[in-house]
Amino acid sequence: MKAECPVCGGEIELAEGTVEGELLECPDCGTELEVASLNPPKLNEAPQEEEDWGE
Amino acid sequence: MKVGLLHSLLRKDEKYLIDEFNKIKDIELVMIDDRKIMFNIGKDNFDLDVVVERCINHSRALHGLRLFEAAGVKCVNSYKTATICGDKLLTSIALSENNVPQPEVRIAFTEESALEAIEEVGYPVVLKPAVGSWGRLLSKINDRDAAEAILEHKTILGSYHHSIFYIQKYIEKKGRDIRSFVVGDECIAAIYRTSSHWITNTARGGKASNCPVTDEIAEISIKAAKAVGGGIVAIDIFETDEGYLVNEVNYTMEYKNSIDTTGVNIPAKMVDYILKVARGE
Repeated sequence: MKAECPVCGGEIELAEGTVEGELLECPDCGTELEVASLNPPKLNEAPQEEEDWGE
Repeated sequence: MKVGLLHSLLRKDEKYLIDEFNKIKDIELVMIDDRKIMFNIGKDNFDLDVVVERCINHSRALHGLRLFEAAGVKCVNSYKTATICGDKLLTSIALSENNVPQPEVRIAFTEESALEAIEEVGYPVVLKPAVGSWGRLLSKINDRDAAEAILEHKTILGSYHHSIFYIQKYIEKKGRDIRSFVVGDECIAAIYRTSSHWITNTARGGKASNCPVTDEIAEISIKAAKAVGGGIVAIDIFETDEGYLVNEVNYTMEYKNSIDTTGVNIPAKMVDYILKVARGE
């Protein structure tokens, strides 16, 4: 399954077992992306770190 | 058995956990995105045997756990553990009450009293937000000039919870600290986190290498885990000439860099424990 990077337009191959909400890095531009949906395949820029993110 | 996975973004840590759950027959994994779920207090009726909390936001984790527990669902970790681990002040109290050694710490509520507390401890000290992670907004304060500047900045620019001053004696780490992983009653693995920077978090560039789990490391780790309510936690430990000191306890532990490093299948151990909790064992 292929999806397009929303930042650079590069084509990204989604591996088998990819799930919605998963974080990916665009191999072309390095932007961190979130799998917004699988059907149809759609990627969004991942949210920016918030003050209470962490362990 | 139905297992709920409370999450937002799915990082490698969550993917590994999902993969382990999927290996087990008769487990239905229900994905619960914290950006989509809504609660109806008193009327929620979740068809779940256990909820595993893997949120990125502490605030959502904490409140989500309380809401699931209120609806009668067992949670890993518990709301109690999340509450204590999510607040360094509460962690320090819990460690102290259970005689777990930790660095010297002071709490103060005003700029003036914080400065007095810092001078009492002696430089250098580390000023930390009581709630915070990944080494964000930690300040190593080496002298009075720096103390005055940081305290003033926090007072004027910080949100209200930055006016709870958590002051910790700086521990010379000689370039590394230890992170151990506790699952239930067992310390399953540990890593050294090495960095030339005084902040050794792997999220900040600290390098992970295997740390053999000695009896001493296991003992202090399990004691610290139990002090904060138990479950699945990661303990940050300083090595000193006087022995080990527990720095922090983390309740949504990140382990993706520690599986190959330690040779321990950490997510598999987590799944075993979660299913035990679900079965009431």
